[in-house]
Amino acid sequence: MPILDKRVANILVWILLLTAPFWLVGVGGYVELGSRVLIYALAAMALNFLLGYTGVLSFGHAAYFGLGGYGTAMIIKFVYPSTPLAMLVGIAVGTAAAAIVGPLIARLRGVYFAMCTIAFGQVFYYISFQWSSVTGGDDGLSAWTRQPINLGFTSLDLQNNNKSFYYFVLAVFAVSVGLMAFLLRSPFGRTLLAIRENERRARFLGIPVDRHIWMSWVISCFFVSIAGCLYALLSDFIDPRAIRWDQSGTFVIMTVLGGMRSFWGPLIGSAIYLVLQDYISSHTENWMSFIGLFFVLIVLFFPRGVLGIIRRKATT
Amino acid sequence: MTLLLFNVFNGLIIGAFYALMALGLSLILNLSGVINFAHGGFLAIGGYLAYTLIPYLGFWGALVASPFLVAFIGIAVERVLIRPLYGRDPLYGLLLTFGLAFMIEDGTRFIWGAQSLPYQIPTWLSSPLSSEYFFLTGYRLFMMLLVATAVLGLFFILNYTRLGLRIRAGTLDLETVSVLGVNVRVLRNLNFGLGIYLAGLAGVLAVGMLGLEPTVGDNLIMPSFIAIIVGGLGSLPGTLAGGLLIGVASGVTSVYFPSASEAVMYVMMAAVLIVRPRGIFGEEGRF
Repeated sequence: MPILDKRVANILVWILLLTAPFWLVGVGGYVELGSRVLIYALAAMALNFLLGYTGVLSFGHAAYFGLGGYGTAMIIKFVYPSTPLAMLVGIAVGTAAAAIVGPLIARLRGVYFAMCTIAFGQVFYYISFQWSSVTGGDDGLSAWTRQPINLGFTSLDLQNNNKSFYYFVLAVFAVSVGLMAFLLRSPFGRTLLAIRENERRARFLGIPVDRHIWMSWVISCFFVSIAGCLYALLSDFIDPRAIRWDQSGTFVIMTVLGGMRSFWGPLIGSAIYLVLQDYISSHTENWMSFIGLFFVLIVLFFPRGVLGIIRRKATT
Repeated sequence: MTLLLFNVFNGLIIGAFYALMALGLSLILNLSGVINFAHGGFLAIGGYLAYTLIPYLGFWGALVASPFLVAFIGIAVERVLIRPLYGRDPLYGLLLTFGLAFMIEDGTRFIWGAQSLPYQIPTWLSSPLSSEYFFLTGYRLFMMLLVATAVLGLFFILNYTRLGLRIRAGTLDLETVSVLGVNVRVLRNLNFGLGIYLAGLAGVLAVGMLGLEPTVGDNLIMPSFIAIIVGGLGSLPGTLAGGLLIGVASGVTSVYFPSASEAVMYVMMAAVLIVRPRGIFGEEGRF
């Protein structure tokens, strides 16, 4: 007997997310933290599409996250001050880069796949770091602001109103997550699950495994670059650290912490991780040690994640 | 011409470091199936320990002692943290060593401070050997020599000792090695120590050239990954060749296109993955 009915759980999640700006302050948080949790959750859920549902480990998702962010920042700063246009370009850049890298790595498996994703991810880190005339180098891109969105009948003021930005992020999150759920329920998504469970058998059934892994990779990077766009908009800033491999590690640990292979796991992981990081880094300079220790403890004692444990409890 | 020679030589030195790092990573990856993200951290520990030991043991004493100390730390870490992960998804090994890398970086910063420390090498070693080839300092030649010795020693251990035989056999088929009565746990433990020893040695040598900072290993770890990918997974001679190759390639590139010296490594990696996904010396069907 499951503890929570799936439909009840879904409704609960959405109610919590929709009301977050009103109760977050009450429990000691702030609205921006809520937006941050949603953005990281979207990135981790995108990673989970590949890791949890296709069974392929990427340690380089930060690259496409960062590319989305850089695309957004550059369009607003240099080309045309429009948030939707900037996001579209950011998403296109991130997805295109993933589509190009994809064929090089789709044939690889296991640790080797992970290693190559890290290495290719670092390419974009070096570009953003070295090409300082365009990307601002180590200092990143600042001195630009997210623009209000004109909806025709009204204008959405993202700049000065935290809450309206939160709901903008939530709307993008909802559409993305809905699309992911739809894809996972489609025959394509079922095929990915089959590859995860038994690649050899899937191959015998005539499934072009490499092409499916490539597609899953590109889809996953598409969603992660959406998260990257929102990330740049969140603080009106992007720098090479958004691309670095430790950012990829953050996405993976969030996914594992919440429970990979479960749909809402990464959201829970993201919330726990960011609240903890927020708390620790405001209390000690040595927050890196604690985050590192946190990684080690999760791997040793908590490898199934929150939802994994709940699910196992429910089945026994 | 001198400039080109200078950069080839520089590339060789950097490549030797990449190779030393990558050989250690490769050893651990082959036998334990763990990509050791904390390798750069162990490198930094090697440098810092040598720095701390120099007042007591002198330059040479520290040079010898520090890598062994790092190897002991590595053996302890394997015993406590890595061993529970064998047989589990490779994801967990990655995450754990990733966390470890964070802890080591922050730990060294906490103990020795964030600012770069001066690392003294004997003056007679740091002066140039000839006025025309100003880059040919004694220290650089000495480093090359020491790295070459270390690599030869490693291949000697692997080819002519029982431990080395078992490590090579375990790379091919660990289960059979275990069935034949070899204690695989001890083997993996020693192998991990050997890999970390190489990181420590690279650390002691590198800080004389790159300076001593908590993040000194960060710039070396990505090229080491590329060295393994280019050379071929599972092949130690391949890893060595890969390290030297990308080192020289980025050295030569820095003559003509200084800003592309990093990029050329990634281009090489992409080319290898297109033409020969298992790497230049990699075995078929390993991954």
